[in-house]
Amino acid sequence: MKKMRVNFKFCLWLVLAAVFVLGLSNESSANEAPVAPGIALAKQAKPEEKGSTVDHSKLKQLDKNFKSGDEITKACLECHTEADHQFKKTYHWTWKDPKSEGGKGADSVNNFCISANNMEDPLCIKCHPGWNGKKGEVNCLSCHGQEKFDFAEAFKDIQDVSAVGDKESIEIVKGIQDDVKKAAQDVGAVRRRNCGDCHFKGGGGDGVKHGDLDTSLLKPSRELDVHMGIDGENFDCTRCHTTTSHNIAGRFYGTPAEGRHKSLMDDDQISRISCESCHSATPHKPGVKANDHTDKVACQSCHIPTFARELPTKMYWDWSASGKLKDGKYYSEDGPYGKHTYDTKKGDFVWGKDVVPEYYWYNGTMTDTTVNDIIDPSKPVKLRWPIGTPNAKDSRIFPFKVHVGKQPYDLKGKNFLAPLVSGPKDYWKTLDWEDAFTRGMATLGKTWSGEYGFVDTKYAFPTTHMVVPGENALSCTECHTPANGRLANIEGVYIPGRDRLGYLGYLGWFIILASLAGVLIHAAIRIASSKRRD
Amino acid sequence: MSEHKMINVYFFSRFERLAHWLQMLLIFTLILTGFEVHGTYALFGYNAAVKIHNSAAIAWIVMFWLFLFWVLTTGEWKHYIPTTKKVFEVVMYYSYGIFIGQAHPVKKCKDAKHNPLQRIVYLVVATIILPIQISTGLLYLLYNSWEGLGLGFLSLRMIAFLHVAGAVIIISFAIVHVYMTTTGHTPMAHIMAMITGWEEVEECAEIEEWETK
Ligand code: HEM
Repeated sequence: MKKMRVNFKFCLWLVLAAVFVLGLSNESSANEAPVAPGIALAKQAKPEEKGSTVDHSKLKQLDKNFKSGDEITKACLECHTEADHQFKKTYHWTWKDPKSEGGKGADSVNNFCISANNMEDPLCIKCHPGWNGKKGEVNCLSCHGQEKFDFAEAFKDIQDVSAVGDKESIEIVKGIQDDVKKAAQDVGAVRRRNCGDCHFKGGGGDGVKHGDLDTSLLKPSRELDVHMGIDGENFDCTRCHTTTSHNIAGRFYGTPAEGRHKSLMDDDQISRISCESCHSATPHKPGVKANDHTDKVACQSCHIPTFARELPTKMYWDWSASGKLKDGKYYSEDGPYGKHTYDTKKGDFVWGKDVVPEYYWYNGTMTDTTVNDIIDPSKPVKLRWPIGTPNAKDSRIFPFKVHVGKQPYDLKGKNFLAPLVSGPKDYWKTLDWEDAFTRGMATLGKTWSGEYGFVDTKYAFPTTHMVVPGENALSCTECHTPANGRLANIEGVYIPGRDRLGYLGYLGWFIILASLAGVLIHAAIRIASSKRRD
Repeated sequence: MSEHKMINVYFFSRFERLAHWLQMLLIFTLILTGFEVHGTYALFGYNAAVKIHNSAAIAWIVMFWLFLFWVLTTGEWKHYIPTTKKVFEVVMYYSYGIFIGQAHPVKKCKDAKHNPLQRIVYLVVATIILPIQISTGLLYLLYNSWEGLGLGFLSLRMIAFLHVAGAVIIISFAIVHVYMTTTGHTPMAHIMAMITGWEEVEECAEIEEWETK
């Protein structure tokens, strides 16, 4: 046969070289590449600082002695003619979800203060951006005021001091009015503090509700929040929560923040609310395995390893324990992190810090529970729960804070009860549940049977803030591990390293051990028989 | 033990020997890292195991095709033509004759270096087991492109199952294969042949016609 001219030895060395280059290139190219494409893309989306074309302190409309909030708003609307019409259509004003008909302004319940009682609970309404609940004008300054200023107190002082009527009081009133005027003129784009006044304190206190939103985000380090970190990107909330006609991008009730999984590259009109908007669907350096995860795993799952990393968040609230007195008086008990573990008004609490989330399939929408829903009190009721389908295109595995509660329900009607708690005649003053239920349900146009019990409930919050720098993201084995991984409860996907392959495991070991045993026995007989023959 | 003359024969060219040991190294690496990915143990660290597995896999695929090309173009394929002749005798030899000092029923010759059992096993491994491992491995790697490739009906669990099953068979083959290499006329004879190329064997007076066709 004719001798082949192919130099195989040469080819072999080529392969050897290729092995080395391939093996090393993964590392070195990853280190050499300047930045991951997802980061490069996001940096491009960052706009120049916009300067304002208006100095509000020069406007004659605002050069007035305002006597009420409504007067200030009317002055704003002289120029911003459509602002209030726009705003009053948004969820921030209505507190009602157009998609689910739920919402805190409607019949929805949670397991914190339970219900806003159709906005008649005085404490809840403090976060409604109007001067006087839903009735009067929009309070533009709650979002656009640049410095915190207590208008309610100022107007009350003006009224009280004016009533005195002497020379000194006129001076004082003038001083307060100057302060009000200055505050009304000091307006601009929405800052962190504006959002945080309500959103960092949901549930009535710092970090109570959301594990990923609390006052630590006013001046966070890059480690706490890579986007908002003052030594990082230093974003305001509105960098991602972009706004059109006063409609601010974000999730509420049945309305997803963004379900389209698009980036600004695909459509420059979308909001920047999802990670993908700025970072794309394959944000990591080419060849990095994490890029293969983005079809099933939300960015948040790896990039927010724990929530409430700096300040604690409430994990458990048992209303049934409330109402106990010590020596006939209200009392409270302190626990870890300097937080109450008991309060006569509210019951038992458990707080958590640096908490590992729970993970569920999630398509961006949540279930909602209202006082109208019939519940099954034999097991914990999921008040608000992620909706998602394993492997569906719109669903990802997503991290959640789950707040567990124990709260009142109607024993006969099998529906939740919505007590009034914070007003002068309400539960926190009277410790009278029955009266609080009767008047609370009446605010929603409902009655109750007169018999109540307490039921365990769960309330899930998607965790999406407090993103860590890439180097602090989760390592593979947090999930790719046979026992007790973070995704141990996740169904519908095969996860290498977590999942066993049924009988193949046993069969595999059997085949391998049988092969070993076979050759060992064969060898033993060979040795024994050759000895005998010698 | 035998009245036949012993001679030194050059069985394995330098390319073949290099290719053999390199493949061994790569497959050993693939097994080691593959089962870390499977979650059987922790060794390199998961991320490193994945990277090493994927790099070694690509290198091995190139290697495998190069070797196949070499076999096909150099006439070496003749050593892999399957036959049923004397298979029974060879099986009988390994399960009985070897213990009582019988001679191997098929001599190892320059022009026929594999016995009939080896021919069948190597052929099955090279044309069925390894291609299954390579194709399931490639599919595993291309997981995110299945939709685009029209392979949306695949499930990762199914691919992983075949890939792990293949791995088990390869390990089993490796165990028996390594042991069989100790059954030459001295325990190290076959192994040294793959290292130096040379092995001392009985002279093949007449090679039977079915062995060389
Ligand atoms: C002798 C050859 C090989 C052995 C013994 C082997 C073994 C394994 C095993 C046991 C696993 C774990 C599977 C699981 O638990 O789901 C695995 C994963 C994997 N194997 Fe292999 N494999 C081999 C060759 C290959 C080849 C040729 C490729 C393809 C290019 C490949 C690509 C992969 C991939 C992509 C994974 C999934 C983990 C990852 O992304 O790295 N393997 N292998």
